Amino acid sequence: MKEKTISQLSIGLAAKEFSSKELTQMFLERIKKFNPLLNAFITVTNDVALVQAQAADRRRQQGLAGPLTGIPIAQKDIFCTNGVRTSCGSRMLDCFIAPYNATVVEKLNAVGMVMLGKTNMDEFAMGSSNENSFYGPVKNPWDLDTVPGGSSGGSAAAVAAWLAPAATATDTGGSIRQPAALCGLTGIKPTYGLVSRWGMIAYASSLDQGGPLAHTAEDCAFLLSAMAGFDPRDSTSIDRPIPDYVNTIKQPLEGLRIGLPKEYFSDGLDNAVAHTVEIAIDQYQKLGARIREISLPNSHLAIPAYYVIAPAECSSNLARFDGVRYGHRCNSPKDLLDLYTRSRTQGFGDEVKRRILVGTFALSAGYYDAYYLKAQQIRRLISDDFQRAFEYIDVIAGPTSPTVAFNLGERVDDPIKMYLSDMYTIAVNLAGLPGLSLPVGFVGKHPVGLQLIGNYFTEGRLLNVAHRYQQVTDWHARVPNEFT
Amino acid sequence: MSLEPIEIRKIAYLSRLDILDQDIPTYSRNLADILTLVEQMNDVDTTGVVPMAHPLDMPQRLRADEIGEISELINREYLQAIAPQVESGLYLVPKVIDY
Amino acid sequence: MELETIIGLEIHAQLTTKTKIFSSTSNCYGAEPNTQACVIDLGMPGVLPVLNQETVRMAVMFGLAINAEIASRSVFARKNYFYPDLPKGYQISQYELPLVRDGQMIIELEDGSRKAIGITRAHLEEDAGKSLHEDFQGLSGIDLNRAGTPLLEIVSEPDLRSSKEAISYMRKIHQMVVYLAICDGNMQNGSFRCDANVSLRCAGDQRFGTRVEIKNLNSFRFVERAIEFEVERQTNILKSGSRVIQETRMYDAYKCETRSMRSKEEAEDYRYFPDPDLLPLLLDECFISAVRADLPELPDAKKQRFMTQYSLSSYDAGMLTSSCALGNYYETVVAELGGNPKLCANWLMGDFSAFLNKENREITDSPVTPYQIASLLRRVQDQTISGKIAKDVLEALWFGEGNVEADSIIEERGLRQIIDTSAIGEAIEIVIESNPEQLAQYRSGKGKLFGFFIGQVMKILSGKANPQQVNKLLEEKLKE
Repeated sequence: MKEKTISQLSIGLAAKEFSSKELTQMFLERIKKFNPLLNAFITVTNDVALVQAQAADRRRQQGLAGPLTGIPIAQKDIFCTNGVRTSCGSRMLDCFIAPYNATVVEKLNAVGMVMLGKTNMDEFAMGSSNENSFYGPVKNPWDLDTVPGGSSGGSAAAVAAWLAPAATATDTGGSIRQPAALCGLTGIKPTYGLVSRWGMIAYASSLDQGGPLAHTAEDCAFLLSAMAGFDPRDSTSIDRPIPDYVNTIKQPLEGLRIGLPKEYFSDGLDNAVAHTVEIAIDQYQKLGARIREISLPNSHLAIPAYYVIAPAECSSNLARFDGVRYGHRCNSPKDLLDLYTRSRTQGFGDEVKRRILVGTFALSAGYYDAYYLKAQQIRRLISDDFQRAFEYIDVIAGPTSPTVAFNLGERVDDPIKMYLSDMYTIAVNLAGLPGLSLPVGFVGKHPVGLQLIGNYFTEGRLLNVAHRYQQVTDWHARVPNEFT
Repeated sequence: MSLEPIEIRKIAYLSRLDILDQDIPTYSRNLADILTLVEQMNDVDTTGVVPMAHPLDMPQRLRADEIGEISELINREYLQAIAPQVESGLYLVPKVIDY
Repeated sequence: MELETIIGLEIHAQLTTKTKIFSSTSNCYGAEPNTQACVIDLGMPGVLPVLNQETVRMAVMFGLAINAEIASRSVFARKNYFYPDLPKGYQISQYELPLVRDGQMIIELEDGSRKAIGITRAHLEEDAGKSLHEDFQGLSGIDLNRAGTPLLEIVSEPDLRSSKEAISYMRKIHQMVVYLAICDGNMQNGSFRCDANVSLRCAGDQRFGTRVEIKNLNSFRFVERAIEFEVERQTNILKSGSRVIQETRMYDAYKCETRSMRSKEEAEDYRYFPDPDLLPLLLDECFISAVRADLPELPDAKKQRFMTQYSLSSYDAGMLTSSCALGNYYETVVAELGGNPKLCANWLMGDFSAFLNKENREITDSPVTPYQIASLLRRVQDQTISGKIAKDVLEALWFGEGNVEADSIIEERGLRQIIDTSAIGEAIEIVIESNPEQLAQYRSGKGKLFGFFIGQVMKILSGKANPQQVNKLLEEKLKE
């Protein structure tokens, strides 16, 4: 059962080599043993997991099992789970028992997956190192002195250390892909609107998108097929049929046109990371892809535009946390203003406050045009850059992150340096495109990720391109020493 | 651009966040750094560029005017179990002075 | 210094949809606190709004009814401010791109002339909850049932010049939304309420003076009084050489005065921006034409038609079309009676309305059907009963049980008018014979005794004789 991918576990369950209950118990044991070291889980849902596992086993006996029935999964603590604490990594929601399920949770429940627990994350998904969590930082299983990336750091660490075979995650500026890269995993951020945002606590609504984190592209294909789909409760959800991504995963890559944006291989990129990525590109050439250089001339403006749009939306999205209907409330407020101000000041951490302030500023009278409107125009330019590129290439490839995992504490006092961790991932969110990160090697003991970007709704192609690579390499199958 | 302490106080008030006097310089520096980063946008002339508020180029989808299956999503007891202070089905807050 | 009053109104009409604007929770008034507030209305983490299409149809209907431009693309924005009755910390509203723009409403002034009042815009937004101030150990209680109720905000141009014009405009808007059946118009429950912007300027000035906004006026009378108070207050300020401050004021109905709520300096910065949870609302010509085809006959058109079709005066036609229900009632009566529209108008506006008012009933729950009224008027028309008797019959119909026709009451009570000349002649003979003195006086020139004879004859005939006929016969007899 250990170190097996979802597709392998699925075969084992189907062949009755082990039951879901046994599988679940094994992961719960591992969580008990290793979580104190990693801090990947905020809440472990032992009881829920065992009930769901037994239900999955019964379902299998009745002949109603699908490929994901009985497979355990960890849920990022940003997804509301009915009756289970949903903290979003914040003191504000430390006592928040969600009264309903996110659509993603419902969908995974519906196919019979087993929830192991809720994973740690940067508070309200704001961060790139998982150091902004009220529940403390998460450690990278490949090097416990380094960060796992963020904001889905708990999900990434849990999967990388085999505390769960896969996890859900969300990506607003790189929060699936960057931790995937730093932890040696495969993760995909789908086209905006493919996965419902209902019940996914909002950070920046026009950028947020849920997706899976797993070891292989094939596992991501299984999970995305289950997570994606039209949801009438989310009016930004796209109403189109979801293909079974597993079916198209084996297509050959002959003739695939890969574009390498020259802007993604310039200043700021670590040499060793660049080298590793180049080797991976060579591998693609061997697999039959045609490689060419392209330009995304406005790439350098992605971070500036993002740090207006995301804070602006978050300043409004987080206004509902006021200590009235749920969440943290300060002691004996003397008046309304005191209730709001003290509850929020106590409930939010530094980075969240910083972004709320920046966003409030960017939207305030007299600054709106110069900041918010300007950022929306830049967003258009960035999106247009991609569309021009996709006229003559199929997939864009480049590094996911400019560096490998950095040391805990290294960037906490320098927000700007932290923001630059997402320099290659953010543009994808601004344009709403799908992006995938897959492991393509190591620098020392630290994994390196390759990012693949496709045009809208090309998730199937991205998973296929990653899968073919994983058929001829084994980076995705490596296990960090301490967690074997 | 950098922000004067009075401006920081104003946006902190609008955000209903309290910033201690001693923390003002740090926030001031952080926000100035972020705004400097953000102002790189000014390198590009965007005259005539249509702002993109949303990645999806599609119209808003509407809902039929029908009462939904809501069950627990509207169960007051269940929803107020997580509220800090309620009485007689009402959420309690410090006196609202209706001016 | 002559001052001119400038008024603009912002009217909020709650739309009568089944469900809220962004959630599928019931939109009924008067439920137990917080029992009609679902996770969306409560602004729980992770919830999302989905727009109710019926609200769009209703807003477009209104737009077409006021000859406005319907935006093919409109956008929902967030208005950000903290308040306990606003669960998300922002209100979803339309800001830069509203659904309805540039309409107008014609009002009739006291002198009978007409004036077009511009309607800048009408847009959709969500209502907030309510703060209840009963004392909970010094705390306020928040009820979020109303949160998410669909509102149409109708903003006029500053075209109104007096409280009278403002009321007249507000009544027309009220009439329109009720006609269109998009709002129940109930002002007591807050379904229809208004903010008034009032300023003064020296007559002849092109620029507007500093304006004051008076919030949440929920009756026509309050609007009128609040404006009048405000005009006087501002007049005094200006006449004393001071300046009016831009501020938001509230109207205190007990003291009949307006009071300052907050000045411009304290005004919030609402930080509007397009709501990223809601894409632009696009409407095609096809949708708009379908709504147009569904529009009922509008009040002004109905009034005009009544004037031509039924030869009614402007006043009568206006009264009868003041509500769609009354207009329909009237037309049913006329059709059933097969003509005599003036008679129908008089009765509906007279005795019938008096009954409604006395019983405090809406025409829609009148106990007397238009068919019953027609059956009554038929007998007035053919002189089976006199007008006076008809009033008694109407009363009998009103308080009677079941759907009986006037005829059965007339027969039952023997109210049929006496038109038999010989019976009337006999009665006249008796009266003349038994009152020789009065007869002598009359014949010697005391003409006003004629009334006395009429009264005596009618007394004998129990009031059931046709007065004209009695008149005629008596006159002839006395001349003999």
